[in-house]
Amino acid sequence: MESATIDQIIDKHRGEASSLIQIMLDIQGEHHWLPREALDRVSERLQVPMSRIKHIATFYKAFSLVPKGRHEVHVCMGTACHVRGAQRVLDTVQDLTGISPGETDPEMKFSLETVNCLGCCALGPVVELDGKHHGNIDPGQIATVLENCEQGKSQGPTTR
Amino acid sequence: MSDVRLTIDGKEVTASRGMTLLDAAQSVGIAIPTLCHHPQLEPYGGCRICTVEAEQGGVTRLVASCIYQVAPGLVVRTRTEKVNRIRKVLLEEMLAHAPESEILLNLAQDYAADKDRFEKEPSFCIHCGLCVRYCAELKQKHAVGFIDRGAQREIHFIPEIAGQECWDCKECFPLCPTSALQAAYVLTEALLTPAKKPSCCS
Repeated sequence: MESATIDQIIDKHRGEASSLIQIMLDIQGEHHWLPREALDRVSERLQVPMSRIKHIATFYKAFSLVPKGRHEVHVCMGTACHVRGAQRVLDTVQDLTGISPGETDPEMKFSLETVNCLGCCALGPVVELDGKHHGNIDPGQIATVLENCEQGKSQGPTTR
Repeated sequence: MSDVRLTIDGKEVTASRGMTLLDAAQSVGIAIPTLCHHPQLEPYGGCRICTVEAEQGGVTRLVASCIYQVAPGLVVRTRTEKVNRIRKVLLEEMLAHAPESEILLNLAQDYAADKDRFEKEPSFCIHCGLCVRYCAELKQKHAVGFIDRGAQREIHFIPEIAGQECWDCKECFPLCPTSALQAAYVLTEALLTPAKKPSCCS
């Protein structure tokens, strides 16, 4: 964790306390989590008390106070996905990655989360991997999708 | 400062603009129960126990009197059946979280609230925010804050600040309508002790 990159992010938002959430989102985007040192720096530079930062960091699901893997897997468990077999999808993802929802594997490759609706019920069951939606997914396809993500990243930005 | 005339429980009340219904009621000796209210802190409207009926232009609304401001011609009723019922249920819900709280138990008697109505879930916190707001607004130390959200929300001391500031202050302790604060404080103390040990033992 470079404090220079944190300062860069803070400078981008002109160090304004009103941009706190945006700054936290940028740090989260950059590092996949909010390290303590980064939050200390934000608190110091923006003159925002740590209690407030902690409240925000724990309020929004978008933030994480523990390290996350390089790839974030979101399995939709919403009603439409549920009736189309989301549980089998989740079971398969858990088997392949070896982690349960909320966990990160020791190699820091994947973090797994369940979500309640991704807003594209017609595509159910849906798995979101690093922001890319994989709709109508069959448990048999999941291994391929998970394997491809490391190469997928080097191919440039994925469409959302 | 212009005066505002309104009616509270049938009494004609003259209040100044910007006053809350709670202040206006208290000025004429009408008692409204409060839990999250503190005269030195910004109005919060968190506990809703001060809910009253406010009628204006024939429309009656339920409002939190600790944050609702006086308005000309407002007709306020603080002890209607509906208000009593709302306070009763609120107390029953809060007692599920803080079953031993003396303040809540006393209020429960006034409103015939059944302390065992809901399954006990003792978190010892009713989210009144008194400790958090007192520390932030008056002491400006921000040693205690809320974390998480919804039903999981709880108070949390920032160990670094608490270790320096809280020992000589503890002014938030008596504010707590339950005993959550003490519990959390003890927890912080426990968290701090092992961290200190290596330096004092070496």
